[in-house]
Amino acid sequence: MPLSKSDISVGDEYEEQVVDNLTRTQIIQYAGASGDYNPLHTDEVFTTQVAGYPTVFAHGMLSMGMTGKMLTNLVGDGMLTKFGVDFRRQVFPGDSLTAKARVEEIREGDGETFVELVVETVNQDGQTVVKGSATARIDD
Amino acid sequence: MATERFPIEAGHIMLFARSIGDINPAYYDEDAIAPPTFVQASAQFTEGYVLRPVIGEPWFGSGKEPTGVKRESGGGGGGTGLHAGQYYEYHKPVRAGDVLRSVEKPGKTWTKEGGRGGTLNFSESITEYYNQDGELVVTARSVGVQTSQVVEQ
Repeated sequence: MPLSKSDISVGDEYEEQVVDNLTRTQIIQYAGASGDYNPLHTDEVFTTQVAGYPTVFAHGMLSMGMTGKMLTNLVGDGMLTKFGVDFRRQVFPGDSLTAKARVEEIREGDGETFVELVVETVNQDGQTVVKGSATARIDD
Repeated sequence: MATERFPIEAGHIMLFARSIGDINPAYYDEDAIAPPTFVQASAQFTEGYVLRPVIGEPWFGSGKEPTGVKRESGGGGGGTGLHAGQYYEYHKPVRAGDVLRSVEKPGKTWTKEGGRGGTLNFSESITEYYNQDGELVVTARSVGVQTSQVVEQ
């Protein structure tokens, strides 16, 4: 269901846990679906012995994809007009992520109504892993 | 990289939705809509995409050895290429049955000193996705960073 202007106010916050105890298998699922087979995400031997990381870590785009899940649950399908994030911190197996959105502005333009959202996803320690913004069309 | 033909398939959307843990029924229909980050999966259809093993050729991930190729061939060593940011503009919904093609344009490059990854070399690329009617459906800006050392946690 698309979001309606009457449902929201500037300053409103919405949050959703998008993964609890991220598994290596889910990272592998993402690799298989997205086509990004970089061994840094799925190959423990390569990642620890060659690349020098403590373990494999999730694709940034998996964190963004899970953040997008929160956004489409909030604004509805096909309503986003913009969505962008910076990847701030790596996400490791076992991490739990909560994606948050805050209503920054509700505005009119080209005969439509839009909501501007500040977006942030944090891990179980409250550390930001993804930070950015999104714009979506909403119903009047 | 440009992708000549990226067919949007319902089964592919379903697998992608599962991988991001999304149970939204809109992703499990024959006429499924694509999730916001789905166009990233165009990599599956990109000729010569470097992060997909090529049949019959050495791969930089582990097998008998921790890496299947020498360091200069990419992937190994202390520094690492990482994804620093991704920014989409959506012009039109993408659905199963669409056939996209993409073109890539170079963006800016810049350097930042210090931080958890040592010297950071950023570069951006802009990818435009067009549907079968020639309409621009998604514009994606991707920022990559090459670190001079492993990113400390």
